[in-house]
Amino acid sequence: MLIKRFLPLFIFLGIFIAFMTGLFLNPRDIPSALINKPVPELSLPPLQGAGIGLDTADVTAPGTIIIVNFFASWCGPCRVEHPALDRLSKIPGVKLYGIAYKDRPANSLIFLKTYGNPYDKTAADLKGRNAINWGVTGTPETFFIKNGIIRYQHIGPLYEAQIDSDIRPMILKLQQEDPS
Amino acid sequence: MIAELGHYSLILAFGLTLIQAIFPMIGAARHDGRMMTLGPTAAYGQFFFSLAAFLALVYCYIMSDFSVAVVAHNSHSLKPLLYKISGVWGNHEGSLMLWVMFLALFGAMVAYFGRNLPKTLQARVLSVQALVGLGFYLFLLLTSNPFDRLADVPFEGNGLNPLLQDPGLAFHPPFLYLGYVGLSVAFSFAIAALIEGKVDPAWARWVRPWTLLAWVFLTIGIVLGSWWAYYELGWGGWWGWDPVENASFMPWLVATALLHSAIVVEKRDTLKSWTILLAIIAFSFSLLGTFIVRSGIITSVHAFATDPKRGMFILLFLALVIGGSFLLYALRADKLQSGGLFAPISRESGLVMNNLFLSVAAAVVLYGTLHPLLSDALFGVKSSVGAPFFNLVFGYLTIPLVMIMGLGIHFKWKRADLKGVTQRLMAIAGLSLLGALMTLYITYGGKIMPAVWMGIALWLLFSVLQELSVRLKLFRIPLKQSLQRFKRQPRSSWGMSLGHLGFSVGLIGIIATSSWNLEAQKVMGIADQMTIGDFTLTLDDVIPVAGPNYSAVRGIITVSSKDKPDYKAYPESRTYISSPMTTTEGAVETTLAGDLFIVIGEAQGGGATDRFGIRVYYKPLQVWLWIGAAIMVLGGLISLSDRRYRIGSPQGKKKKGSPSHAH
Repeated sequence: MLIKRFLPLFIFLGIFIAFMTGLFLNPRDIPSALINKPVPELSLPPLQGAGIGLDTADVTAPGTIIIVNFFASWCGPCRVEHPALDRLSKIPGVKLYGIAYKDRPANSLIFLKTYGNPYDKTAADLKGRNAINWGVTGTPETFFIKNGIIRYQHIGPLYEAQIDSDIRPMILKLQQEDPS
Repeated sequence: MIAELGHYSLILAFGLTLIQAIFPMIGAARHDGRMMTLGPTAAYGQFFFSLAAFLALVYCYIMSDFSVAVVAHNSHSLKPLLYKISGVWGNHEGSLMLWVMFLALFGAMVAYFGRNLPKTLQARVLSVQALVGLGFYLFLLLTSNPFDRLADVPFEGNGLNPLLQDPGLAFHPPFLYLGYVGLSVAFSFAIAALIEGKVDPAWARWVRPWTLLAWVFLTIGIVLGSWWAYYELGWGGWWGWDPVENASFMPWLVATALLHSAIVVEKRDTLKSWTILLAIIAFSFSLLGTFIVRSGIITSVHAFATDPKRGMFILLFLALVIGGSFLLYALRADKLQSGGLFAPISRESGLVMNNLFLSVAAAVVLYGTLHPLLSDALFGVKSSVGAPFFNLVFGYLTIPLVMIMGLGIHFKWKRADLKGVTQRLMAIAGLSLLGALMTLYITYGGKIMPAVWMGIALWLLFSVLQELSVRLKLFRIPLKQSLQRFKRQPRSSWGMSLGHLGFSVGLIGIIATSSWNLEAQKVMGIADQMTIGDFTLTLDDVIPVAGPNYSAVRGIITVSSKDKPDYKAYPESRTYISSPMTTTEGAVETTLAGDLFIVIGEAQGGGATDRFGIRVYYKPLQVWLWIGAAIMVLGGLISLSDRRYRIGSPQGKKKKGSPSHAH
């Protein structure tokens, strides 16, 4: 009987401890297995027409900082993120590529028409196969690549404030590294 | 000046809350009448000053005083007045200000309407209410002062997110907060009862209307939010199992359970410690909801305050309030003796089953919402359960819940005659089966589950009507006498009938709109046509439009169908001036049969060859969902107006006053 009365307290304590750890674990800052590894193979059709939208050569181009953003028209946070991407694309010396994840190309196109298209190039990952290789946990998710090496992975939406406070300095640091 | 006055008022309200927390509690322990009477006085004072602080903040928004930081960050001088005001609670500081103001309001209401409560109980309730309030005042004053000034005053504010500039959303947070905060009263009553070591039917009679009031507000708040998502986001959806939606749904589920279990306490003097536990859990979920929104601990569209310091504060506060209450419960709940016994087939056990399913539902939502956090914290794995998980579980959970709802309302207290009830319900069981089969026939070739759900929803609908006709003795006595019985029904039983009726109507809407919706899209030029279901759409023209703080393109579309006259639809795509962002204003043609929802995108290509992305949804029976919700709210309000619950009314006083004073 006594145990029964204490049960709610114990359950709450369990959740509380999880919250405590959760508060110190930044949910968007988890280390990925792919950090500092070469980008996985990539070959995707474009959103419109035939041929190649994005391939490995695009994302391994040396010199520039390449940002690959996984998005989808069905994803609410992606809409929230959109103004931030706009700002991101304006940073000098970066290329922003968008991969529509498990999304009908027609929907992705309408999405980009409605909210604007910040991407230099886009491609469609209809089945989400490439996303699996990249270790994408969900949309939106953003990868920062230099010389074919994934340097940073951002999970969840980017906010405009973050672009100036975190992302821009991080990109600047990557750009200033010696070009080895 | 006004901002500073607001700040002082907030500090004064905090001081009065401190008095309200300490003295009545000590007074109740020592049976010191003078100390106890400080409670109501302090509660009125606290409400006065917190209202003054809130109004000062509203004033800063209306005057567009951009020297106040929150106004500069969240408002804009070009915004319509309504959205200047709703901007007050469209951000972290302002929404907390609204929270404490409502908390103080409910405290003052307990002080006023609870004049007939036993003095010690009222003193303790007010004190607990104030203890909760203290945490929020400290949070506001220490980490999120809404009256902070800016050193450099900007000429123009940052503006409110255009998506949030919608009447549905302007009133969604206040109602939701009234619901959240309203549950604090049931919570305070529960804690006070644990301290007193006494729960009796009179206690339940006081708690019920407060819970009902909170439930009504919570329902309105949730539905407004859902309605906003449906009309404004233009994505054709109305519920996404987003963590913040879940955060409002969990307290609703538990409050619904509490409403029902409190009836058992009132009528049968049993289920006491369970009811106390529900009251604690319901408010805990409200606090958790606030925490989830305000800390950004779970990634969500809504979690806009990503500040770990604030998160830390709320977390410790939560630990104190919830952990403390559960500890008190663990130590004191055995003091509550159970009263009446009941047979396995009875109204009581029906309500117990109802509570069981609602609690399981709440636990499922809690698990699904916390899953990403738990798996990350415990196993270091990033994963999340999405809408499919919730839809699956709720799809199956609804079936037994609704079946028992339909059965339980026919059961009598203590012991019900299962055989008699079954015989009475044979006919409507047959009717529901017929309904399910017809659904299957109409949607031939489709899935089977929607037909099953439809049968279940019809079962509840018929059962509620049947129960009502039994009470009115419809068709068994002359119609005139039935009408007299109609008038004499207590309002609380109308509340029950309408609540359940609304639920079944809403359920029918949910089933139809999520099972059989149609969707089509096409990039169209002028005079192009597209079809969806029985409708044909022709794009006649697209014209530019200017609004007060936006510019827009408006499509003019002729919609024709076989069985309805043609009509024109005017969907818009708006671009806001203050923040360069586009929102869609879908054109929705609502009929009882379904909504035709047309959304227009921006122009593709240029000049004379302009083409526009048009998306169309057909949502069968969508409006039934809103109607059902409205009926539920109406039921709650009617029940609330029942004379027996009109708190503080002289008639009620005589009836319920006497047993409670006997200590």
